Amino acid sequence: MNTPAVEIQNLSVTFTGPDKTRVEAVKNISLTLTRGKALGIVGESGSGKSVTARSLLGLTGGHVTADTLNILGTDATRLTEKQWRAIRGTKVAMILQDALNSLDPLRPIHREIADALPGSRKHRKRAAVEALHAVEMPAPILRADQRSPELSGGMRQRALIAQAMIKNPAVVVADEATTALDTRLTRMVLDQLAELKDRGIAFAMISHDLAQIAQVADDIIVMRHGEIVESGPTKQLLSDPQHDYTKQLLAAIPRGVARFAPLSQVATFDDTTATFENFKDPVDVREPSDISAIEVHGLSKAFGDHAAVFGVSLSVPQGSTLGLVGESGSGKTTTARMILGLERPDQGSVRIFGQHFAPAKESERRDLRDRLGAIYQDPLASFDPRYTTSQILINALSDGTTSRSRQYLKRARELLDLVELNSSLLSRSPRELSGGQRQRLAIARALAPTPDILVLDEPVSALDVSVQATVLDLLDRLQLETRTSYLFITHDLAVVEHMSDRIAVMTQGELVETGTAQQIMHAPSHPYTQQLIAAAPDWNP
Amino acid sequence: MRMASWLARRVGAAAFLLWVVATVIFIAIRMIPGDPAEAIMGGPGSQASAEALETAREQYHLNEPILVQYVLYLGQLITGDLGTSYAQQRPVAQIMAEMLPATLQLTLISLAIAWLIAFLMAAIAARSSRLGQAMGTVIEVVAAAVPHFWLGAMLIIIFSTWLGWLPAVDTGTVQGIILPALTLAIPLAGFLAQLMRDSLVTAMSSPFALAARARGASEGQVFFRHGFRHAALPALNLTGWAVATSISGAVVVEEVFARPGLGRSLLGAVLSRDMPMVTGIALFSALIYMVVMLLVEAVEAIINPAAARGHDV
Amino acid sequence: MSRTARIFAGLFVGLIFIAALFPSLLAPGDPLAVNPSEAFQTPSLQHPFGTDESGRDVYTRVVHGTADSLTIGLAATALGMGIAILLGVMTAFGPRWIDSMILRLLEVLYAIPALLMALLIIAFTGPGTTPAIIAVGLSTAPGYSRLIRTHLRTLVNSEMFDAATVLGHSRWHKIRNHLIPNTLSTLLALITLGIGQAVIWASALSFLGLGTPPPAPEWGAMLANGRTYLHFAWWLTVFPGAAIVTIAAGATLLGRTATRSRI
Repeated sequence: MNTPAVEIQNLSVTFTGPDKTRVEAVKNISLTLTRGKALGIVGESGSGKSVTARSLLGLTGGHVTADTLNILGTDATRLTEKQWRAIRGTKVAMILQDALNSLDPLRPIHREIADALPGSRKHRKRAAVEALHAVEMPAPILRADQRSPELSGGMRQRALIAQAMIKNPAVVVADEATTALDTRLTRMVLDQLAELKDRGIAFAMISHDLAQIAQVADDIIVMRHGEIVESGPTKQLLSDPQHDYTKQLLAAIPRGVARFAPLSQVATFDDTTATFENFKDPVDVREPSDISAIEVHGLSKAFGDHAAVFGVSLSVPQGSTLGLVGESGSGKTTTARMILGLERPDQGSVRIFGQHFAPAKESERRDLRDRLGAIYQDPLASFDPRYTTSQILINALSDGTTSRSRQYLKRARELLDLVELNSSLLSRSPRELSGGQRQRLAIARALAPTPDILVLDEPVSALDVSVQATVLDLLDRLQLETRTSYLFITHDLAVVEHMSDRIAVMTQGELVETGTAQQIMHAPSHPYTQQLIAAAPDWNP
Repeated sequence: MRMASWLARRVGAAAFLLWVVATVIFIAIRMIPGDPAEAIMGGPGSQASAEALETAREQYHLNEPILVQYVLYLGQLITGDLGTSYAQQRPVAQIMAEMLPATLQLTLISLAIAWLIAFLMAAIAARSSRLGQAMGTVIEVVAAAVPHFWLGAMLIIIFSTWLGWLPAVDTGTVQGIILPALTLAIPLAGFLAQLMRDSLVTAMSSPFALAARARGASEGQVFFRHGFRHAALPALNLTGWAVATSISGAVVVEEVFARPGLGRSLLGAVLSRDMPMVTGIALFSALIYMVVMLLVEAVEAIINPAAARGHDV
Repeated sequence: MSRTARIFAGLFVGLIFIAALFPSLLAPGDPLAVNPSEAFQTPSLQHPFGTDESGRDVYTRVVHGTADSLTIGLAATALGMGIAILLGVMTAFGPRWIDSMILRLLEVLYAIPALLMALLIIAFTGPGTTPAIIAVGLSTAPGYSRLIRTHLRTLVNSEMFDAATVLGHSRWHKIRNHLIPNTLSTLLALITLGIGQAVIWASALSFLGLGTPPPAPEWGAMLANGRTYLHFAWWLTVFPGAAIVTIAAGATLLGRTATRSRI
């Protein structure tokens, strides 16, 4: 039991680009996997963590060199493709992230799970059903015959686990296996992954989410730019991080961090010009207001037979943040679209600062539009692909009358300043910007008409944790400086707790509970909210 | 239940389409300036005899009010009576029944050849180098851009005139059908190969292919279990479309190779402005189109039930 | 598009334009000049593409035919695109009932293959250059309509449009700033693809004896003429056909590259 299942010394993986450029995705990393233990590999996009994971299966697609690459006693540095195939699935298996295409949409899942097994078709199918049973798939016999588009996200993730476990591998690698899942499903999958350890499997969990890794891993490796920056036992690494980057990552996790307390530590990130000096020790200077910035009454919307939103009422007091939290399909985005006047409600009304806003004709509410801004999850899709940064801002500043006039250039620079972007980016296309820069640009554009309200729909869900921290800090600062009211929509409980004064919880199109952030997070009253809060990872490093 | 209502809806739509096509042709014939009987019998230049014109008036009830004409015309169509060919003095339905087997045979053989060529091209191109891929693209585009009438002529020059291997015109033998079938197959193969290669490349680099490799599948297994299905799905749709519109190709190819068939009959009818014949073949072609597209949709639903359900939502 | 591809595309388009606008620069002779003593000459230095049954120089006729063939292709594409844009805009912006009505109509038209529809139209109008243009234009319009409708719908429902709505931009400003510019490049690519197809369809009609009649140096008509002598004078068929394929394949490659590089 004590000999390591996998031992890697000085592993490097190099890719050759189309124009013969060489990129070293992984540089000289060393790690060990032990039976019955879990190793967490954490890192942001481009850290090389997925390539590292795939090197255990010989599936990197690049050029691999290593002093030692020992997999269950086999020297894997010079295996042929055929020898690798004997290892894959049998000795080392991989659990993929649930994307719609992780299971072939054209094949029933029992074949996706068991087609690597020997024996008759009937025998294989029985094995697949058993494997589905083992991962607690509801109605496994029925589900085995279905194809992935007919399954929910949670079911697909279970099937992916069953697929990896079908041949009882000794080593399992999970690559972002909880990434696209809702809170309650994440909990369930994490529990199942933790169980692998108990079965004596050597387990590697790759994720961008340190909080989730900490739930499962005995040891953690932190990767950045293809290198290991720090490694150690989970407890030690979390309580006493040595490397600055680890400290940044830890601080960036919003879970349990007080309202307005900064998440990003120092301006070492490439995509800001900020100094954060005036935001070191923010004071909540806001005074409570009696004015409702947004007032929603009985909002309902159905698409065909499906009631997407039903009877939602909420209000956002001026200068404060209402967090709207819910899992995918809960109707939160449809609610946001109705509030923004992009979708006409079947019933109910929206008032902005006491004035009727929806349902109404566009011409009647155009004046009110200036008081309302919106931020989306994917800012790039909301920019005209032909526009540069300056054209995007000038177009917004001029009410759409022009995208070139130089008279708006000064204001455009001020807006970039406000969101801590360098004005040298003015001539760039948004496609050349990083994810964090794009979201800042989207915020700058939304602020162009100096709105009193921002509706933010999953504004940080696509961002790396450290970038998310800087964007959340920016939003905090803007609220303190400008008294802008936020309707903050997200599926992420930690983010919503940190950002909100009050929280509203939605499920299946209905709003089930509203209360102060404190109430919702610590004394939820509705059973659904209770489930949701209980499923969130414990996090107290 | 779902299946039945789906079928009912589809058949309803098909009937609607046929009715519109028939109505448009009915109106168009009567919109041509001059005597509609003359229009039916080959236009002003045809110098149809007085008796022929009178027969046409009789047959199409041209002496009745226009609405009665229309109802009677539709009634005839429903009972399968497509009228009498002016040029051949025989019932249109009878001529079509004689011509159909030849065209059908040509279409099906060319389809099989097209699939074979396309599949080989796509499989080779998907696995070759960048240069090979670029070459493949050019070959596919050129193949898809070659018009039937020129390709047919080129094949005749090479295989008949120069090499003397195959006959240039229909001889009723197996050798006689090779060149016409190739003429129809090559452009279709170009289109098919483009489609197949695109979906093949996408499928072979998708997460499920990675998952298959991670559980120990060889490249060949990944190809046959996953890549092939994903390439076949769009190709199936295109094939259905090719069959449904095969009359277009048949017109040209049957003319080039002097083969009897529906296409050549249609061309002859258009040249002699034989309206009953033109109407009959047009309606028949529209019917084929709808039946084939219905079949394609059904087969797609079997391969990919989830996507088929998605249409309902 | 890569540099070399762009140079090739530029040369290709340039050559076609010269052949269409100033054919005498490339082929100084008279495309209709008859010389019975030189009939059926095989390709040589003097007659690179040979001569036809009346001793006319095939090379000269192919070059001078560019204008005719291309004009027919352009006119047919313009007609088809014009109708398609009209229908596309009506479906994308008009009330819902117009959309569903036009969709129904397009479904009907889809059931009739393009060449069949062209034949139907000519059955009513009689053969000729103008009927061929009308036939090809009308029969290609349904396909374009569907593409344009999808494109416009995607734009109107895009987050880019939503963002402009939330910023309070007027309908006209949204159309002017985002819709028209983002549609033009797509249209250009479609038109390029369409011209290639239209040239093929139009020459197919001429080949069948339903389009431009001989002795005009239109490529399809030249092919129809060459067919009679196919078994001994192959050059009468090979070269006009090669010109058609070059234009069609070139336009397809050009259009596809434009479509892809835009994304």
